[in-house]
Amino acid sequence: MEYSVFDIIGPVMIGPSSSHTAGATKIGYIARGIFGEDVTEVTFFLHGSFAKTYRGHGTDKALLAGIMGFLPDDERIKNAYKIIEKKGIHYTFTGKDLGEVHPNTVKIHMIGRTGREMIVMGSSIGGGKVVITKINDFDVDFNGEYTTLITKHVDRPGVMASITSILAQNKVNIAFMKLFRQAKGDYARLVLESDEDIDRHVLEDISKMDNVVDVTLIQKLIL
Amino acid sequence: MHYKNGIELLELCRVHDMHIHEIALKNECINSALEQDDIKEKMLEHFHIMATSIKRGLDEKERNIKGFMIGGEAKKLKKYHENHRSVCGETMSKAISYALSVMEVNVSMGRIVACPTAGSCGVLPAVLLSVKEKFDLDEEDMIKGLFTSGAVGSIIGKNASLSGAEGGCQAEVGSASAMAAAAVVEILGGTPKQALHGSAIALKNLMGLICDPVAGLVEAPCAKRNAIGTSNAMIAAEMALAGIKSIIPFDEVVVAMGKVGRMLPVALRETSEGGIATTPTGLRLKKKIFGQDKKR
Repeated sequence: MEYSVFDIIGPVMIGPSSSHTAGATKIGYIARGIFGEDVTEVTFFLHGSFAKTYRGHGTDKALLAGIMGFLPDDERIKNAYKIIEKKGIHYTFTGKDLGEVHPNTVKIHMIGRTGREMIVMGSSIGGGKVVITKINDFDVDFNGEYTTLITKHVDRPGVMASITSILAQNKVNIAFMKLFRQAKGDYARLVLESDEDIDRHVLEDISKMDNVVDVTLIQKLIL
Repeated sequence: MHYKNGIELLELCRVHDMHIHEIALKNECINSALEQDDIKEKMLEHFHIMATSIKRGLDEKERNIKGFMIGGEAKKLKKYHENHRSVCGETMSKAISYALSVMEVNVSMGRIVACPTAGSCGVLPAVLLSVKEKFDLDEEDMIKGLFTSGAVGSIIGKNASLSGAEGGCQAEVGSASAMAAAAVVEILGGTPKQALHGSAIALKNLMGLICDPVAGLVEAPCAKRNAIGTSNAMIAAEMALAGIKSIIPFDEVVVAMGKVGRMLPVALRETSEGGIATTPTGLRLKKKIFGQDKKR
C-alpha cells in the first residue's frame, strides 16, 4: 500500500478510534449521500467488533453524526444524540451477524420523508479508511475518497459508452470504474470515481438518458 | 522521489543533497499533484490541531476532558512538575504531560490528528511541542518534523504495520515513537542517517509491546503508553544526535517488528483477550462500563 504523508499524519478526527469513530462517521456520511435525501428513520445493524464496543468508542454517535451529514472531524459528533433527537429523527441500534464480512461492518436501513427506503452497508477497514460494500441488493466497492458517481441502469449495450462520453465532454477524468449487475439484461450499477468534482448539470444529462433509472453523486470527502 | 525503505530514502537524500523532510515533501507533491505551499499549509493546520489538543487537556477551564477510565492526569502531572522536584526534568515531564493531554482529548471525543493512529496520537504532538518550547523553534521547524515523521511512518506501514490489531502496540505507539525520534533528530540538525538511527533505536525499545486495551477502549494502558512512547522518542533522539548508532539498521528493525507482530497471539492484538485487559481489575472495569446500557 502507498501512503500519503497525510495518511500517516492524519486524518484530523474526533477520537477515540480511527476505525470505530472516524470510519463510522464516514460510512454514515456516505450512506446519506447515496440516499440523497434527509433521513427520518434509521436502523443500524452492527456486526462484529462494531456490535461489541460501539458505546465505548462512540461508534453510535459517529454513525448518527454521519447520517446527519457531519464529517469525521466535526466537534458536534459528541452531541449527536441530542442533535438527532432535536431533529426528530428516529434511530435504532441493533447487533446482527451480517455473515462473512469485515469485523467492523454496519448495515444501515434508511427511511426518508416520502417513505422511500434504502439499505447501505459498509466496513471500516482501519486507520479511518472505509469501503461501501452494498447498496440495497447490489454489491458495490468504493470508499468516498474520490468524487463518486453511482448509476442504476438497465444492462443494455451502449449505456456505459454514453455515460463515459458525457463525462469526457465535461473534462472529467475517470480514476476508477466498476460495474455491478444482478443478471444479464436486468438492472446494473456503475460506480465511477473521478479526481475532479462533477457538476450537477452533468448529473442531469446522465439521468435523462434512456435506460438510466437513477444517478447519485457523492462529492469527495475533504479531510 | 519514490522510496520503499530506509536505504532508498537515505540514497535519495544523498543523491539530491536533501533532508528526509524535503524528500517527503517532494514525493507528496508528485503523488498528489498539489503545490508545495498548499501541502505545507495543510501540514501546518495539522500542527495547529495537535497544539490545540495539547492545550485543551491542560486548560483549567476545560471540563469533561475525560473518558470512562482516564481524565485529569495531564493536569496532575503539570501541577507536579511546576511545584515539586521533577524526577525526569522539566522538558521530559512537560512532554509526557502533553502526551497524556492529547490522549485525554482523544478519549473524550475531542478533535485530534491520528499520527499514525488515534491510539497513538499523543506521542508526536507531545515530542514536537515540548522540543519547540525548549529551543524556541518556529512553525517551519514543526512542519519539517511532521514531514520527516510522515516518511518514517510510511516506511513502517509499507514494511511492517501501523495497526494494533495487526502488530500490537509496538505498531502504534512504537511507530509513533520512531517517527517522533527521527523528527527531533532532523529538527535539531542531525543527518538523515542519524534520524533513522533514532527511529531504529526507538522502535527497538518498544518491540514486542502488546495491545491489550481494558474493556476494549483506547484508554488504558494506551494513554500511559503514549507517555512512554514520548519519553522513548526523546531518549532515542538524544542518543542518535550524540552519534550513537543503532546496532541493527532501521530497515531490519522494521521488518523484525512486522514479524514480531505476526508472532504475537491474537489475544494480545487489540482483542482485549489477554494482557492487562483480562486481569481481575480489567474485567471488573469492563463489566462496570458495559454492564450498564446507558447512552452517554
